[in-house]
Amino acid sequence: MLKFGYMAMLLFTVAGSFWLEIILKVGVLRRVKRTIFTIAPMAIIFLLWDLYAIHAGHWFFDSKQILGIFIPGRIPLEEVLFFVIVPLAAIMTIEAVRSVKKNWLVGDER
Amino acid sequence: MTYTQIALMAVALSILCDGFLTRSRMVMRRSFWTAYAIILPFQLLTNWWLTSRNIVMYNPDVIIGFRIASAPVEDLLFGFALVLGILQLWSYWGKRL
Repeated sequence: MLKFGYMAMLLFTVAGSFWLEIILKVGVLRRVKRTIFTIAPMAIIFLLWDLYAIHAGHWFFDSKQILGIFIPGRIPLEEVLFFVIVPLAAIMTIEAVRSVKKNWLVGDER
Repeated sequence: MTYTQIALMAVALSILCDGFLTRSRMVMRRSFWTAYAIILPFQLLTNWWLTSRNIVMYNPDVIIGFRIASAPVEDLLFGFALVLGILQLWSYWGKRL
């Protein structure tokens, strides 16, 4: 179970945000292209930062508390998932705010 | 460069992009700050989990050493830059796709 330590945080984030899709019908996952265009550039930038930080020794991970699956550059799989799941949660949050406060602009109004 | 320096640079860059590249002007919007206010406690909670259990550890030489809920204060800058970057792009593509 110990190796799911980081995964537990990611699952918690999914549980804490994805219900907005069902209850508030924020419709983020339905807008596939917009979601990918938003998350991909940021994920690439932050994974490059992560790559640098890991190799410069800024931060490191307890090998017993991660799955032990890595992408090239010795970046743990959890880090890649982090930069997909956390952005999704952020987008769902601002869409949830909009669904409650319909006159608050997000800047994408046409 | 230290984590502190990179994190400060990331915040500055995300604010500059918000104003001049995507021109989403999220930092001027109630919707953005309300979303961030909701996200922040969750960041503190999940960050506390990752750092207090030593799932993620930091080299003391590259942080100033001030910690909030067991996590380096730099993580708040990192999180803000990520959230502002994501939400300004979300707004940007919403107008164009």
